[in-house]
Amino acid sequence: MTTHLSLDGRARVFGDDVNTDYIIASTRKRDTLDESVLKRYLLEAIDPSFAASVQPGDLIVAGANFGCGSAMEIAATVILAAGIKAVLARSFSRTFYRNAVNNALVPIECDTRSIREGDRLSIALDDRRAAVQLLDRNETLSAAPLAPLMADVLSAGGLVPYVRNGGYRAHRASDVEQR
Amino acid sequence: MTNARGKTISEKILSSKSGTDARAGDVVVCDVDLVLGTDASTPMTIAYFDKMGGERLFDASRVVFSLDHYSPPSTPKTAAFHDQIRSFAHRHGATVFEVGEGISHQVAPERGRVLPGDLVIGADSHTVTCGALNAFATGLGSSDLAAALITGRTWLRVPETIRVELTGSRPPGLAAKDVGLAMIGALGGEGANYQSLEFHGPSVGALTLDERMVLSNLSVEAGAKAAIWEVDGATIHFLSERVDGWTGGQVAGPPAVHPSTRPPVHPDSGASYSRELCLDLATLSPRVAIPHDPTNVVGVGDAAGVPVHMVFLGTCTGGRVSDFHEAVHVLERAGGRVAPGVQLVVTPASREVLLTLVDDGTLAKLTTMGAVVTTPGCGACCGTSGAIPSDGMTVLSTANRNFKARMGNATASIYLASPATCAASAATGRITDPREIG
Repeated sequence: MTTHLSLDGRARVFGDDVNTDYIIASTRKRDTLDESVLKRYLLEAIDPSFAASVQPGDLIVAGANFGCGSAMEIAATVILAAGIKAVLARSFSRTFYRNAVNNALVPIECDTRSIREGDRLSIALDDRRAAVQLLDRNETLSAAPLAPLMADVLSAGGLVPYVRNGGYRAHRASDVEQR
Repeated sequence: MTNARGKTISEKILSSKSGTDARAGDVVVCDVDLVLGTDASTPMTIAYFDKMGGERLFDASRVVFSLDHYSPPSTPKTAAFHDQIRSFAHRHGATVFEVGEGISHQVAPERGRVLPGDLVIGADSHTVTCGALNAFATGLGSSDLAAALITGRTWLRVPETIRVELTGSRPPGLAAKDVGLAMIGALGGEGANYQSLEFHGPSVGALTLDERMVLSNLSVEAGAKAAIWEVDGATIHFLSERVDGWTGGQVAGPPAVHPSTRPPVHPDSGASYSRELCLDLATLSPRVAIPHDPTNVVGVGDAAGVPVHMVFLGTCTGGRVSDFHEAVHVLERAGGRVAPGVQLVVTPASREVLLTLVDDGTLAKLTTMGAVVTTPGCGACCGTSGAIPSDGMTVLSTANRNFKARMGNATASIYLASPATCAASAATGRITDPREIG
């Protein structure tokens, strides 16, 4: 399976170590799991004004270790509910990375240090390789390739369609995929 | 192509579970031995299960849902989550650890549900705690859990392994929490990301099984995917008390008659490690993680004197029997009372822990000192039940995370330390080195 995807959007920049409790507080998800409600509190612990300023198509741009802490999946789905389709980070916590792929929120691992708040970005994902163009500065960043099985899940549209289509059953581990 | 290089414990377990020659970097599909959900993650799991077209569990005897985060429920919504989970579990024949039974990754080992060589997945990042029993135990999200409920499988990238070498004689008063904080402080917040830890060295035997669980538990604060210990006498003792018919693979007879006949998993002598982290216990001293990150670790002296308003003894890091014994011991040496203005909150990690503390008098002592005792479970750790700090409070806690707003109030400052440091500080009202007491 191959993945082809292009996304254009505006950079919304955060720092290092954005943990999942900061993306959405455990105390908020205690009250509801409805992402259309929870998106009002997206990243409130870091920037209380952020949620109100999000426009569909915005892209989260972060530093190292994005999504560390709790493995709660709602952190990924609330970002999607806010209309954000990709997160670019210097590195991701593994649990967030999994949850993003499983929900077809595109995780792009690249050196984000040159990206500024509001920069217009264009992301092209071709098979397992992604490239990020900074449209205002004619600069291109290359991203780490997706692991094979993760690319399959992403191109299926997430783990739900992947499993519905026989995912793991068809994919018995007889064929180990080398990195 | 043959690869003669030896394997780490992670590579061996994931090879066995995937039926392949799994090496670090491979992505493999593995059969899982135990699937753990919590009340915080299972409602979404059920939604994914339905969307995936799930009809039945791959094996109900390998599925446990733990009602631990909202224990007991404090709102109609969380009570409804519990009813939804009970009903799903009942329909499919899965086990429920009820309200008050305790934290998933504490109760599963207590009940003998985790065995050496197992692959345990849990929709809770602290599932890594079970690595103390020589299992590959890892946290993931609700959709992965749902896929595993249906297929019995999950995809895993085989991690590189960091070898943690424990050396040196342990000084009196050095808690496992101090070692764990020193470890994650040295690794940094993503120092073990995508990697496993394996614990070795001459001082492994100086740590009890409960204490190994503390180090495994904290490993995820450095991003670790699993944190695995070898089997030794302490492991065998624990398993023999809790697993019916556990033999440690030592008894002759037909293999796989009982799951416990699986042998312990050791690394090969030529296993390759991404790095080695040496922790010389003799050089370590009490540590404190300061706000707002668990890897902001300093010596207790650098935090000493900070006034504390709430002291929280509990969680999957610091809520076991030995933790409360340690705390009471320090409190008694400090005069047997809590400083005026300090709220002491006690939350055992499980009902078994609670009952032991009742039986041996520990709970009576803590209650007499003014402790507020709450239901076994996650308690106040992530603000989902138990005591919420008030505005501007400073909390000293035996938990594993001190992110801003973690306990439900963004204006609180959370410090993390050992039960002994927490107890000493409860007695004085300020962050205090427990070695200065008595």
